[in-house]
Amino acid sequence: MTSAAEFAQQLKDEFGELISEPTEFRGEITVNIADASRITEVCEFAKHELDFDYLIDISTLDHYGEDPRFSVVYELSSISHRQHLRLKTQVTEEHGEVPTITGVWRTADWHEREAYDMMGIKFVGHPNLTRILMWEGYPHFPLRKDFPLEGKPTEVPDVAFTKTAPMEGGPFVTIASSENSTVREPRRRNPEDGK
Amino acid sequence: MTQKTEIGYNSKVEGEVIHTTVDAAVNWFRKNSMWPMPMGLACCGIELMAAGCSRFDISRFGSEVMRFSPRQSDVMIVAGTVTYKMATAVKRIYDQMVEPKWVIAMGACASSGGMYRSYAVLQGVDQILPVDVYIAGCPPRPEAVLEGLMKLQGKVAKEPWAKQHFKPTAK
Repeated sequence: MTSAAEFAQQLKDEFGELISEPTEFRGEITVNIADASRITEVCEFAKHELDFDYLIDISTLDHYGEDPRFSVVYELSSISHRQHLRLKTQVTEEHGEVPTITGVWRTADWHEREAYDMMGIKFVGHPNLTRILMWEGYPHFPLRKDFPLEGKPTEVPDVAFTKTAPMEGGPFVTIASSENSTVREPRRRNPEDGK
Repeated sequence: MTQKTEIGYNSKVEGEVIHTTVDAAVNWFRKNSMWPMPMGLACCGIELMAAGCSRFDISRFGSEVMRFSPRQSDVMIVAGTVTYKMATAVKRIYDQMVEPKWVIAMGACASSGGMYRSYAVLQGVDQILPVDVYIAGCPPRPEAVLEGLMKLQGKVAKEPWAKQHFKPTAK
């Protein structure tokens, strides 16, 4: 049986400089794709030549303050080989675009819509790139790091509205610890207070 | 043991006359047949279903007829987290209910937003609807739902229905 590391090596043999050296963390193999605009052909190869027949998820990261600002992460799985492979690529804030992979895996449709809705990354060529969780006309991208937890007030006449949530001194944060529940209880911990 | 005051229908006195006020009669009819509009939006909806099942049996209080049509219901039980995306739908369904109508906010989320202090959740359904009874809990036990319903029945029983509709004639 071919392992995920071998599949990653085959990707690298095919695409050369485009694919980074595979990294392993806790048994999971990740490769980075240098040029986000070539994600489609990498995915085509992974599906049709390497037999990665299932796209588990697409997730996005916001490295606020860094450049490139966003990462897009594709979780690939091969049911026949029982292997998992992670593809990563970077998107800058100014460019903010990745080609869609809905032509490779149809399930990418809703994953890409969610990524667009929450993070504002555009997927070029997507058949229906509309909001999926928030409503049409909502002006913000809530999972970006510069979006406040309590939200921003919006008003779309006859459609929807939002107001700022009262934080009451929050956010209330739990600190992971083996102490008793009094210590672990969510409390007001503002970064400005230094606590 | 004899009951001194008879309220409502009693076959022993059929054919005779019952003395009451219009308010008392109308309110008695209303409070013992409150058809809920189950606005189940989250885990509170599951507890509301339990309240309707045999063990807790909401029909003991005349509210077993859960209507999924707002036109046929009297009390909207908002059971769960009201997101902003759902808020306009909840308001619209409430507007479609015929008068007289009441609202029960069931659970922490419907009452105040609960643990969701975030951009996506309406901080209490009372921002868009006139709430009559708030039920505490996350989610409330079915017994709490029944108590909330009884509290609402107590409120309905005191409504000055006739006084609002009929003005006394001047002599």
